[in-house]
Amino acid sequence: MAVYKRTYQPYQGALTPAWSRFLVIARQAYRRVFDSRFLLFYFVLCFLWPAICAVLIYLRHNAGAIAMFKIDVARLIPIDGMFFFRFLGWQGSMAFLLTAFIGPGLISSDLRNNALPLYLCRPFSRTEYVLGKMSVLAILLSAITWAPGLLLFAFEAYLEGGGWFSQNLYLARGIVLGSWVWIVTLCLLALALSAWVKWKLVAGALLFGVFFALAGFGAAINEVLHTDSGNLINLAELVRTIWVSQFGLPSRSSLAPESAWMALAGICVLCVLLLDRKVRAFEVVKS
Amino acid sequence: MDAKPVVELSGLEVCFGPRTILKDLRGSFSGRAIGLLGPNGAGKSTLINTLMGFYPPAKGTARVFGYDIRTQIRQVRRLIGYMPENECFIAGMSAVEFVRFMAELAGLPPEAALERAHEALFYVGLGEARYRKLEEYSLGMKQLAKLAQAIAHGPKLLFLDEPTNGLDPPARQRMIRLIRDVRERGNLHLILCSHLLRDVEECCEEVLILKEGRIVQYSNLEEERRANRRFLDLELEGDREAFAAALKKLGCECALSSRQRLKAVLAEGVEVRDLYRAAAERGARIRRLTHKRDSLEDIFLKAMGNGNGSL
Repeated sequence: MAVYKRTYQPYQGALTPAWSRFLVIARQAYRRVFDSRFLLFYFVLCFLWPAICAVLIYLRHNAGAIAMFKIDVARLIPIDGMFFFRFLGWQGSMAFLLTAFIGPGLISSDLRNNALPLYLCRPFSRTEYVLGKMSVLAILLSAITWAPGLLLFAFEAYLEGGGWFSQNLYLARGIVLGSWVWIVTLCLLALALSAWVKWKLVAGALLFGVFFALAGFGAAINEVLHTDSGNLINLAELVRTIWVSQFGLPSRSSLAPESAWMALAGICVLCVLLLDRKVRAFEVVKS
Repeated sequence: MDAKPVVELSGLEVCFGPRTILKDLRGSFSGRAIGLLGPNGAGKSTLINTLMGFYPPAKGTARVFGYDIRTQIRQVRRLIGYMPENECFIAGMSAVEFVRFMAELAGLPPEAALERAHEALFYVGLGEARYRKLEEYSLGMKQLAKLAQAIAHGPKLLFLDEPTNGLDPPARQRMIRLIRDVRERGNLHLILCSHLLRDVEECCEEVLILKEGRIVQYSNLEEERRANRRFLDLELEGDREAFAAALKKLGCECALSSRQRLKAVLAEGVEVRDLYRAAAERGARIRRLTHKRDSLEDIFLKAMGNGNGSL
């Protein structure tokens, strides 16, 4: 029977598994993200550096190409911890910008349009809602950070052969762990700010503020108090410290990796608390 | 499962900080369409929101179709549809995308959700406008879209919070017709929360009246109507006493009130035409005859006067 001729009938069909429903949010969000040509172009642009890195790795192992382009092998970047650290640094910056474009609107638009009761009156918890919103960013950021990083690692291991893979397994761990530290921090910060302020633009500005203003404030604390504790509120410095320790590079910072882990964990807990307070069907005024 | 009461309240209390909003609510409600009435701040919306698990109970609990809202809220939410009072939508979506998205969140597979979204939108009368963005909808259309998302996944219990809010009379009539139709066709129960007595009277069979967070009245409107059907208020001319005596002879109870009025309760088997016959035989004339029945307004006003908070 044609749809328009039907009257109301209860639904009798099968249901999707409960665990997979948070992905409905991600799927819906991607439809809207990739409707924007700018975001689509930017997302494609995020793969430029991994492509360049792949070419560099290829060149190092291709005698024909080296001879043809008359490349001095000694001047080619070595494929080591620093190579992957730089790769992650560049991709991390791209990930930050992508988060700044997409993240602020994720929860704020739902709060502005009172949509939370509509989500939460279904068999769908607040945790699943936040997970769904996080997955929008986490999947995109994974696609431009650890996923191409691991591919480059595998490419190098394949071309290098021998024991390179087993000797440098810590690099793969560094790529995955370092990327996830950055992804989780970015996702939680973006969502918490998006939930805190209902306006997308303000939330976006706040995200930049948290990174750059806090870094400036931390530097000021360091200068005035002649200490390094200001680095504890410099998110970029915290993440860099963790990456440096993961890739086994000499540290320039006086910040211990353990302190960086603790400070980042503290920031993430704060974000989770903010989300717990703001992501509710109805806000209760306790007077 | 339907043999279980729709909603069972067992000493339910809800507090917002130091304020107790719902106070020791008890009762078992099984009606097909239950109206929630009460003045502003009585706790109607809080009760609905608590039943959906939005507010945690401070004391006691409630069950929806036998599922405890404290421990089995996921099962409760699987069975319900909710049409909120406020303007709620997801920005940037057309109506069909919105209803489909909501149905998918309720667990419908994408194809089924899309089919049901089209179906629900045609059903509520938004078929032709289903590809328009929700932001472009009028208030009445938004209300209809909210109803569509509430029924698209086929709930067993539908919560309607002020469904006719802000609607003009024709739109209100349409909404009332739809709600009644959903109730009749869908094998579902509904709880309608409204401050408009007429909405509740037209859609509901039972009414639960709240005042200051307590239940002050629970009535079956149909039974009230049936019980009052045999009460008559008559205005007479001529020999009232002789007419009253004739009615008593027929087995009716009656009492002379003011100068020309008489109140009567018809006995079983006595019809109104018997009264006219008796009046003609006794030289009395019935100038006016009205069936006295308690309107919902009477029930509501009585309940509001009942300040002791007992059911």
